[in-house]
Amino acid sequence: MYRSHVLVCGGTGCTSSGSEEIIRVLKDELDKNGLTSEVSVVKTGCHGLCALGPIMIVYPEAVFYSMVETKDVPEIVSEHLLKGRVVSRLVYDETVSSEGEIKSLADTNFYKKQHRIALRNCGVINPENIEEYIGTRGYEALGKVVTEMTPDDVIKCILDSGLRGRGGGGFPTGRKWQLAKDLVKGGQKYVCCNADEGDPGAFMDRSILEGDPHALIEAMAIAGYAIGANQGYVYVRAEYPIAVERLQIAINQAKEYGLLGENIFGSGFSFDLGIRLGAGAFVCGEETALMTSIEGNRGEPRPRPPFPAEKGLFGKPTVLNNVETYANIPQIILNGPEWFSAMGTEKSKGTKVFALGGKIKNTGLVEIPMGTTLREVVEEIGGGIPNGKKFKAAQTGGPSGGCIPAEYFDIEMDYDNLIAIGSMMGSGGLIVMDEDNCMVDIAKFFLEFTVDESCGKCTPCRIGTKRLYEILDKITKGNGTLEDIDKLEELCYFIKENSLCGLGQTAPNPVLSTLKFFRDEYVAHVVDKKCPAGVCKDLLRYTIDPDKCKGCTMCARVCPNNAISGAVKTPHVIDTDKCVKCGACMEKCKFGAISKC
Amino acid sequence: MAMKKPSVPFSGTKEQEAQLLEVIAEHKNDQGALMPILQKAQGIYGYLPMEVLVIISNEMNVPLEKAYGVATFYSQFSLNPKGKYTISVCLGTACYVKGSGDIFAKLEEKLGIGNGGCTPDGKFSLDACRCIGACGLAPVLTVNDEVFGRLTVDDVDSVLAKFA
Repeated sequence: MYRSHVLVCGGTGCTSSGSEEIIRVLKDELDKNGLTSEVSVVKTGCHGLCALGPIMIVYPEAVFYSMVETKDVPEIVSEHLLKGRVVSRLVYDETVSSEGEIKSLADTNFYKKQHRIALRNCGVINPENIEEYIGTRGYEALGKVVTEMTPDDVIKCILDSGLRGRGGGGFPTGRKWQLAKDLVKGGQKYVCCNADEGDPGAFMDRSILEGDPHALIEAMAIAGYAIGANQGYVYVRAEYPIAVERLQIAINQAKEYGLLGENIFGSGFSFDLGIRLGAGAFVCGEETALMTSIEGNRGEPRPRPPFPAEKGLFGKPTVLNNVETYANIPQIILNGPEWFSAMGTEKSKGTKVFALGGKIKNTGLVEIPMGTTLREVVEEIGGGIPNGKKFKAAQTGGPSGGCIPAEYFDIEMDYDNLIAIGSMMGSGGLIVMDEDNCMVDIAKFFLEFTVDESCGKCTPCRIGTKRLYEILDKITKGNGTLEDIDKLEELCYFIKENSLCGLGQTAPNPVLSTLKFFRDEYVAHVVDKKCPAGVCKDLLRYTIDPDKCKGCTMCARVCPNNAISGAVKTPHVIDTDKCVKCGACMEKCKFGAISKC
Repeated sequence: MAMKKPSVPFSGTKEQEAQLLEVIAEHKNDQGALMPILQKAQGIYGYLPMEVLVIISNEMNVPLEKAYGVATFYSQFSLNPKGKYTISVCLGTACYVKGSGDIFAKLEEKLGIGNGGCTPDGKFSLDACRCIGACGLAPVLTVNDEVFGRLTVDDVDSVLAKFA
């Protein structure tokens, strides 16, 4: 028996800020103090609050240490673990009450409104130990399915729960399974998992793979049983080395325990699972492209129909769901479909994981019931926008999505509401932007991404996105005309209607959505030749206010191009022809005399 | 994409070739084996020169243009050698809105190379990469496997100095 458990986050965020080294030092220090037999160290998956990493939680007191550095570790060991005195300077301030008492993590603003189903084990168990997963009712759902339920029972349960695909499309999962089971009777079928999480800014699938890989394995085996497949593939991005490693460990352990392989639970059902690595192609997140890639080809999409449920991987009926969708399955089986459908909105049941990023205080992963408002997410859970800046828009759905402007701050976020305002749920990346972000520049940023990632198979996407990018580039450089804006819009609709796959069909969304809500910014670029947010360099002009300038020469000294002149104690002047618009002078000016417009 | 002449001549060893042949023999009969084999080949050689693609094509009995087609489709495969230190700057959305574009521009300027380029001394190569999922640390860049987060443009010099 250990008297204390120290949980250290081993997710990618915390690992990147040095949690592996912290674990090493922690173990050394425990050894030095003779505590190895009393205190256990658990490397967990992601806690979600990545902004505060590296994170360390000490139980039973549930003290939440944030931004821990290796040099802090000896103090934590000698003070807290040896003498029982909490190192208060390292404790996350939200978990300390005004009287100095430690509050439960669940009572903090960040966690209070969350409801963790898909992420329930992330940050709680050691993902590299199957026993810990089993200890939280792991593999119980699989056992129940193969011994007590028929495939039709399973499908009905998932249908009744109202679970919809969490990868972005929102297709009912139960319906997908039903089609794969019934369209073609018998024969070889496959279960695939889309872990090619390509939307920049979304990392929930990675966190589940890293923090709770067995949940995915269990769910895929359940899907296999439901549709009659004996083989599954997980297609993971090669950019996620920790996730791949932990998933492989988990698969090996599951095989060892007889939870994968032949005759699972003595039921006669057999299921095996393999990992396939992606190689950096965004389009492979599209289901048909993903399967083409697993087959060993260029990851180009195929026309649908035939749908994968009829002719998928290697031409066989295939079910393909994303990681987060699967992570919900065992819980639905265990707790019943009514439990799940009691959460969320009328047409979107359950919870959704969002990756909060951009200009927000608490960057990280949150899982909230469908229908939570954007305001709650940004202001309460996210802790608001840093530096007292104003909220401008939130971007959801990555390069396929759109933005939600301030006037929709109270929108209840679910699949249908987001589609209705021209955005989409996507896989759940939620990037907050403030007044310093230029919406034309953001649209250009996403188009640059899609131009790069378009596979080139169909012309509307290959050439259309390139033309969109060129027009946007022209506008941000101050050479656009009002006609260009109309042309932009027309081209958007053309690309949407004529592209072969989801990538092209949704690629114009960032442009359409910014045009819809921030048309005035486009017009400002074109007519006034100004970038209101001060981002587009070609449209910027730096000037010095002679009344405020004290002639301290600081700006002239930092200017990399000697564009600023003036004698000591007399107002300085910027030569706009020489100015490279780096902004260094503005940062250095102590008197606020330099402005850009 | 036109075939560019590699800047560095191929210098594969017999040991590397033996390793590659072993990998091919092991996976040859798997369904969809080409991608995993290319990935392992890149692990062995560090990149996928034409000489290696020829071996794979011959041994697996697939047309060379298919191997070349797959190798050029995915951004992780490189037909040119990488620098000793590969710098990847995340230009994913979360990093971009926090200014990773400026960091990338500064590196281009400092190293005198563009996206996908390699310094003449073979020391640094520079890539723009998409989200590595460390959005909590945005903006981030990686040098080989080491991650540097919460960066500003002013940190670029100190990051480079670490590998000088």
